Amino acid sequence: MSYQLPKFRHPELPVNDLGYTKAEYEGAISTLCAGCGHDSISGAIVRACHELSIEPHKIAKLSGIGCSSKTPTYFLGNSHGFNSVHGRMPSVVTGAALANRDLLYMGISGDGDTASIGMGQFAHVARRNLNMVYIIMNNGCYGLTKGQDSATADRGSASKKGDPNIYSSIDLCGTALQMGATFIGRSFSGDKEQLVPLIKAAMSHRGFALIDVISPCVTFNNNLASTKSYEFVREHSEATGTIDFVPMHKEITTEYEPGSSHEVTLHDGSSIHLYKVDDSFDPFNRGSAMGALEEHRNAGNILTGLIYMNKDSRDLHEVIETSQRPLNELEEVDLCPGNKMLVNINASLR
Amino acid sequence: MKPTNIKDPEYFHKVVDCQYACPAHTPVPEYIRLIAAERYTDAYMVNWESNVFPGILGRTCDRPCEPACRRVRVEEEPVAICRLKRVAADNKGDISDRLPVIPKKKNGKRIALIGAGPASLTVARGLAPLGYEIDVYDNQFAGGGMMRSQIPAFRLPEKVLNEEVNYILDMGINATFNVEVDSLKEILNKNYDAVFVGTGAPRGKGLNLPGLEDAMDNVSLGIEWLSSVAFEHTDSIGKRVLVLGGGNTAMDCCRTSRRLGGEDVRVVVRSPYEDMKASPWEKEDAQHEGIPIYNNHVPKDFVVEDGRLKGMRFEKVEARYDEEGKRSLVPTGEDLVFMEADDVLMAIGQENTFPWIERDLGIEFDKWDMPVVNESTFQSTNEKVFFGGDAAFGPENVITAVAHGHQAAVSIDLFCRGDDVNDRPSPRVSQGSQKMGVHEWSYDNDIAMDQRYKVPLAPLEKTLTDRKMEVELGFDQSTGFKEAERCLNCDVQTVFDEVRCIECDACVDICPTDCISFTSNGAEEDLRGRLSAPAGNLAQDLYVSADLPTMRVMVKDENVCLHCGLCAERCPTTAWDMKKFLYSVSKADQQL
Repeated sequence: MSYQLPKFRHPELPVNDLGYTKAEYEGAISTLCAGCGHDSISGAIVRACHELSIEPHKIAKLSGIGCSSKTPTYFLGNSHGFNSVHGRMPSVVTGAALANRDLLYMGISGDGDTASIGMGQFAHVARRNLNMVYIIMNNGCYGLTKGQDSATADRGSASKKGDPNIYSSIDLCGTALQMGATFIGRSFSGDKEQLVPLIKAAMSHRGFALIDVISPCVTFNNNLASTKSYEFVREHSEATGTIDFVPMHKEITTEYEPGSSHEVTLHDGSSIHLYKVDDSFDPFNRGSAMGALEEHRNAGNILTGLIYMNKDSRDLHEVIETSQRPLNELEEVDLCPGNKMLVNINASLR
Repeated sequence: MKPTNIKDPEYFHKVVDCQYACPAHTPVPEYIRLIAAERYTDAYMVNWESNVFPGILGRTCDRPCEPACRRVRVEEEPVAICRLKRVAADNKGDISDRLPVIPKKKNGKRIALIGAGPASLTVARGLAPLGYEIDVYDNQFAGGGMMRSQIPAFRLPEKVLNEEVNYILDMGINATFNVEVDSLKEILNKNYDAVFVGTGAPRGKGLNLPGLEDAMDNVSLGIEWLSSVAFEHTDSIGKRVLVLGGGNTAMDCCRTSRRLGGEDVRVVVRSPYEDMKASPWEKEDAQHEGIPIYNNHVPKDFVVEDGRLKGMRFEKVEARYDEEGKRSLVPTGEDLVFMEADDVLMAIGQENTFPWIERDLGIEFDKWDMPVVNESTFQSTNEKVFFGGDAAFGPENVITAVAHGHQAAVSIDLFCRGDDVNDRPSPRVSQGSQKMGVHEWSYDNDIAMDQRYKVPLAPLEKTLTDRKMEVELGFDQSTGFKEAERCLNCDVQTVFDEVRCIECDACVDICPTDCISFTSNGAEEDLRGRLSAPAGNLAQDLYVSADLPTMRVMVKDENVCLHCGLCAERCPTTAWDMKKFLYSVSKADQQL
């Protein structure tokens, strides 16, 4: 008997600009249920970080409590990690990000962790436009406690052992949009072709970047009556379009037909190319994004892809004008300029 | 691509690289697991049924299985398959009650086997249990053929050879030794129902260089010299010996020379070192015994003074390769190199010769004077006469001779029963899930990181003074276990059932070697270009499913799959299962 990940890897695995293979971005073997959507999201994060050639020690992954929040153990084993209190991941990221603005913050949360116990924290971290990626592994149920409906379970949806849900569900993309998030995407754990570029774009965005990933709970919520099953999501998801992520230093070699795509340059110089399915939808307009979410919800569909992006996003550090040098690097001499300076300041106020 | 037909036993057979590469298709992982379980006798019998001479082959096999081993593609060194076979042979218990029962009442058919080497003995093994009456003729004093005359005792002890040869001869075979068959017509006149020719490739090739006539007393052909040592007609050689040739016979000649008094023994070969025909381990063994190998030296002439051999002269060359990779040896223009020698052994190859087969027996011979033999039935153009081993298609090795013997036995049995020899029985195949429970499989799927273990050797000073002392000591049981644990169990197959798949990607995410992809279908070349990991090894198949609900297909590149079972472990719907696939080649006695 063995449940261990063998150490052998494919001998010709591609290496990124840092000379690392994907293996350097992997974590411990997952202990989630077999077939859990969360594992695919972990796989997508590994792929995105590897392909973007991010040094593993420049990433911090933080989470709350729940099946979703266990996953940081299963990816980025060479990065910083913090498994915090239920629903309180945003506070911990806020503290960490204020102390060290140089790290890339990846918050992992679930529908319970975000939409119930952590709803207040979620609203405020979005409102403050903290520079982080916030991934919700959204399965519409409490998998760790036998699959009770969560706040994102759709009205009428039923889990394996449950009755149809009688309450209205919280649309986390809509909520984030209301609260002032500057990058909002939705995807599906079973669609890495969409999810990986979305995660890359979110990581290159400066500001609060939310990705709500529908991630079926194979054990409790992957039945016919559920609206978060593999089958239902495949049949009912409608993408806003496809996106291509082009890293900063890569030359754009694809020919784009004028008018068919939007090119957006992100703050780090990389760009995304968006091919829209519907011309009337404008992902750079909050009203349009809100309308599209509403329209698809009413039609019983799930809108996926890039939903909203604020091209002029200013993150928390810019807004509160913190020092460019991370606060945790400031020494006493920087913070306490001495008596002479104090005399000068006082004199200027007289 | 079309969905892979996994019902065709050859598909999964090919995934078991070692078994597929073995001419006799021995189920290697099956017996390696038995060794790990300390079931040595069972492991021996799996071998015996397939390759007839496990103890002999566990010491001397050419091991085509090892370069094929998947471990080479994920690590560096293959599993020491050959030496594990020996572990089974060394540690087995009594097998007499496991050998086939030979019927007292015969079936009335009589078969003659010419030559008592591995091919003939395999035919006997296949036919005796079916009630055939079998007569073997051989010119040596005992059975074994080249295994007795050519393989030195320090590589293959006589005891091991006798034991395995006798398992067969004791099946009531009528053996006539010390008899040279010099007419096939005479044999055919004895009204045999079929005749099998397994006489090997008995003629050594020589080089007719200037000075040979005068040097003749001190020049021998390698294989003739080896037999005369084996049969104790020769027990010494000069101090300075030159061995010409770069094959395994040359290695046996030089190592034997060291044991018969040769002090300055050299191997001289025309080709570059890497191109030598000898197996790498045989070259290493020779060098370990202090025998230098001079490559890129083409023999020019014998130097004889006062009627005695003084040495040989060689021209130095370098290998050049043209665009098609064809090699030519171009002289460097340097002075000829002189090497002193008391004796010269020429081991530059051997060939077939059939002076004893009359050409009016209906056996057609081709332009190289080789009999025309069907490659799958081993029947000649005289329907009663079958060929196998080196006699069929030229010099190969013991395991190939065994493979020929199995098929010839099948043919002879079909022929004697009046059936079509081309209508061959299918291989026997079985397949069963290895799942025992949660996280529990009936095979050890924990992949050992150990490097290949070295086989311990007897001390050089002892082995070089005793021609019959075995050099390799073999693995002890605990090292054998550790080496057995390196096997990846490639016969435990990943079997995919698309009907159950919900396309959750769990297998893709967990696979340590990125073998699995879900993507849209396409032509093979196109598909290979867009899988999860590079799939450039064209010798390894892609396993493609039928269309899934999303109109994608599952594509698995078999190349570096570790058979760790994690895809099946992480599959929520058991669309993946690990099934042990046992493939055994059809044999004459399988009907029993």
